[in-house]
Parts: sequence; C-alpha cells; structure tokens
Amino acid sequence: MIELKHISKVFPTADGDFQALSDINLTIGDGDIFGIVGMSGAGKSTLVRCINLLERPTQGEVLIDGENLMALSPARLRQTRRSISMIFQQFNLLMQRTCLKNICFPMEIAGVPAAEAKKRALEYLDIVGLPDKANAYPAQLSGGQKQRIAIARALASNPKMLLCDEATSALDPTTTRSILRLIKDINQRLGITVVVITHEMAVVEEICTHVAILDHGHMMETGTVEEVFSNPKTEAGRKLVFPEGACIDQFPVANVVRVVFNGGSSYEPLIASLAIDCGVKVNILGADTRNVNGKAFGSMLLGLPEDKNDAAKAMNYLKAQPNVTVEEVPDYHE
Amino acid sequence: MNKFLEQMIAALTEPAMQQEMLTGIWETIYSTVAATVLACALGLILGVILVAGEKDGVRPLPGPLMKFINIVINILRSVPFLILMMMLLPVFKPIIGTSIGTPAAILPLVAAAAPFVARLVETSLREVDKGVIEAAQSMGCTPFQIIWKVILPESKPGLVAGFVTALITILGYGSMAGFIGGGGLGKIAVNYGYNKYNYGVMFVAVVLIVILVQVFQTIGTKIAVSLDHRITDKGGKKRRGKAVAQKIETEKRVPPGFL
Repeated sequence: MIELKHISKVFPTADGDFQALSDINLTIGDGDIFGIVGMSGAGKSTLVRCINLLERPTQGEVLIDGENLMALSPARLRQTRRSISMIFQQFNLLMQRTCLKNICFPMEIAGVPAAEAKKRALEYLDIVGLPDKANAYPAQLSGGQKQRIAIARALASNPKMLLCDEATSALDPTTTRSILRLIKDINQRLGITVVVITHEMAVVEEICTHVAILDHGHMMETGTVEEVFSNPKTEAGRKLVFPEGACIDQFPVANVVRVVFNGGSSYEPLIASLAIDCGVKVNILGADTRNVNGKAFGSMLLGLPEDKNDAAKAMNYLKAQPNVTVEEVPDYHE
Repeated sequence: MNKFLEQMIAALTEPAMQQEMLTGIWETIYSTVAATVLACALGLILGVILVAGEKDGVRPLPGPLMKFINIVINILRSVPFLILMMMLLPVFKPIIGTSIGTPAAILPLVAAAAPFVARLVETSLREVDKGVIEAAQSMGCTPFQIIWKVILPESKPGLVAGFVTALITILGYGSMAGFIGGGGLGKIAVNYGYNKYNYGVMFVAVVLIVILVQVFQTIGTKIAVSLDHRITDKGGKKRRGKAVAQKIETEKRVPPGFL
C-alpha cells in the first residue's frame, strides 16, 4: 500500500519559490491501477517521483507498506526502490546495451548471478511479447517495442509496484492500447500495484480502477473511476472528464438538462426509447459517453421541447430511469 | 629549390638520415601514446569528478572542492603549452632524473594535456541522457554503479572520440617539445629546419607527422563509430563517422593553451 500524507513540494527558482505540490493526501491500495490525471504542469510527474523519492517532498510523509521512506538511510532507500519499478515517457533504456542486457541491469545491480539473470530476462522478454529481440539494441526498436523492453526491465527486479510516468504519451493510439493492455495484464497476473500518470483521460478509462485529479499542485478529487467519471465534483474534474462540455451556447433551446449515466448498461438506447415511449423528441446538444468495462459513463446535454407538457413528460421519464441522474442546466447560455 | 629537393632526397635515402627519421617516428609514437594513456587516465578521473561531483550530480562533492578543481583546470588550460612545459620541466626533473630527451617530455605533456582531456571527458559525460540516470536511480543504483555501469558505458563512443582528439593534440604538443629538448620528429624538424635552415629534412619530418595524425585519426574514428550502438545501419555509420571526424578535427584545432 502506498500512502502519501500531506505532501508538499517547493522548488526554489530565480523568481521565488514555486509550489509544485500542496498538501497532497493519497492512499493507493494493493493491486489497484491508480490513475493520476491533470493538465501539463499540474505536478503529476513531481508527485509520482515523490513516491520513490526521486524528488524528496519538502513536507509530508511517504509510507510504503507502513514504512516511512523519508526516514530511511540511503542504503535502505535504494533497497526499497528495487521493489518500486518505474517506466518513463522516453523509455530511458541504456542505448549501448542489448535488450537482454537492459533487462538484466536491475538484477545485476541487485547482485543476481549472471546466468540466472539471463534466464529470467528471457522469461520477461517472453512476457512482453518480444522473445526475438534479445540481442537487438534499443536503437533498432520502435517506440512501442522500446516501452515493452522498459516494462520487462521494470519487472526484472520483482517489484510490488510499478510507476508509469506518461508511459504511453510518446506512442501512437494503437501502440498505446497494446501497452495499456500489457500493463493491465501484468497487474492482473502478477498482482503488481500500478500508478499511472497521464494527461489523457482515455488511458484512465482503459485501465484504471481508481483516479485522482490534480490541478496546479492541488488534489481536486479522488475516488473510483466510476465515481469520478459519472459525477465529477470539481471544475478541474469536469474539464478533464468532459472537455467539450462547454460549447453548447450555439443551440438556443428552452430547457437544457444534463443527463448523467451512472453505470447502467450502455446498450440501453435511452433517447430512442424516450421518443418511442413518450412520443417526445429531444435535441441532443452534446454528449460525452465513455465505455468503462461495458458500463456507460458520461453525460449528455439534452434540449427539451418548448412545450411545457412534453418537457415535463420527458423529465419524468428520464428521472424514472435507473442509473441515470437528471439535472437542469440553468446557465447554458453563458 | 634544387637545394630543397636535394635535402629531401638525402633525408629519404641517406642511411644515417633514414635511421634518424625512424628513431624520430618511434620516439614520437611512444612518447605520444604513453603521454596520452596517462593524460586520459588522469583526465577521465577528473572529468568524472567534475560531472558526478557538481551540485545536482550523482555524488555531489563539497562546493569549495569543486571550485578549486575547476580553477586549477582553467589555469593549467590557459597557460600556453610551451611555457607551461618549460615551467614544469624542472618540477619533474627530480622524478625523471633529466630534463632533456623524450622521457623527460612525457610527464610535462601529461600535466599539460590532462586538464584538456578532463574537459573533453566532461562534455562527453554530460551528453548522457538525464532520464537514463534517473531510471538507474529509480532501480536503486549506488552513485558508483551509476558512474561505472551507466554514465561511462553510455558515453563510451564520445569518450573514445575525445581520447583520439587528445592523442592528436598530444602529438602536436610533443612536436613542439622539440624546441625545449624533447625528442621525436618535432626535434628533427626544429633542429634541421629552424636551427640549420635545412628545410628539406624539416619538410619530410612534418609530412611524417601529418601521416601519423591521419593514421591515428582514421583508426580512432573507426573505433569510436564501431562502439556506438545507437546507430545500426551502414548509412548511419558513415554519417556518424563523418560527424565524429569533424568533432575531433574542430576540438583539436583549438587546443586551449596552444595559442
């Protein structure tokens, strides 16, 4: 379990101190895939580096399985870091070593005998699906392949936790998906806790169980992906979850309601059944529906008809639906 | 002009002259190589300290110590080489026993070249991606492991290119040492050309120096490129080779303390 308590980080700069993180509290349970999202400059990378003390927090405590890392001697800290692997946006492979030697590297550091290290490295190459790249150099690989080697290297120290710092941000969408599948697979098969830093909500949707939203160094909200996605409580959360949500002012409609799906079946055609069952036609002004593990999350902005009766009928019908919350949007003209 | 040709032919055909040239070549090669090996070893250690010991390096050292090392290196690099060597000859005399001849020139050469090599090494080491070092730290590497297993191997091609530059620069320095009692081809060029106005012999000696430089440089570039696993295709190797050769060329052209 990873516990961050009252973490603050201040960077002294030429024009005064820069507060990168302010009073962050976070608990990441064993086996979770925990997403930390935020815009660039929100402090995500600093926060993830606080977990393994690559950045030492100015204030606060970092507890890994109850042990306070800040209090450890340098040697003990290095020992603990071996159980917290990390992968990076730029892969950070050793360019002058073959893939196999790259994967052997953490075992070499830990003093694993060379023969055994090699045997295990070959197994990890298999797990990440690149058994034929043992003797290739990183320069000969594509971005996705490099990240796979980096993941194999991260696994080589038998970690309990895997920190991913924008691990898919340098990759194309297809490769991103395959890397995310690999990470999810590793989480399920090996039970490794994963922390994912990203600016893409799609990544969180794809693999995370829990999410925390970071904005200008402040933790805005945190919870399960279901909770946060269905009903973001803060402005920063809404901005990330519904990035397009604001552009409705071009549709001059009388009553606008926001329908929030809370995780019912995504295959229930709500709008169509509304038209058939009540005979009311509504205008879809905007929608952002996401599919997380077969459940629909997201919101839809509906323009109700001018006719008061029809509007009330539609309202009642929507309110009667399970797993759906309806709220009026009075400020849609802004 | 005729005299010049005669002198050249004599330098190449007379057995005594041939012998002198061969000895000169041998002395040049061995003093250059010996001084380079020592200067590179010393420069490598200094370069590692300069990079690892700075404030946000992998093993920060006390600020005043770093300042002191930097100042000493800068002073040694800014004294013109020939003068530095003249100043150092008496310093090393008790160790070597003489201040004349090839062996006497080696230690002053090392002392003059090591700070220069230290800066070359520093540049190469700084080219190692900070992210790779961070990755190593995240794996629990000690500062020594990061230096020994990450920074040095990752910058190997750059270091080799730097050492080739050092070799060629030291060859140049060593030839200048001919003015103050050093041996080798430099001494022959100075003795015959400058002291006896025998420009033919001087010309032959200079041509031999040029050939040595070319051989060292070609071999060095080849090694530097073949060590670099960042480039894998043939075209890449060729381009990289040109870049390395160019780098060696520009670095050695302005050996500080030389002017």
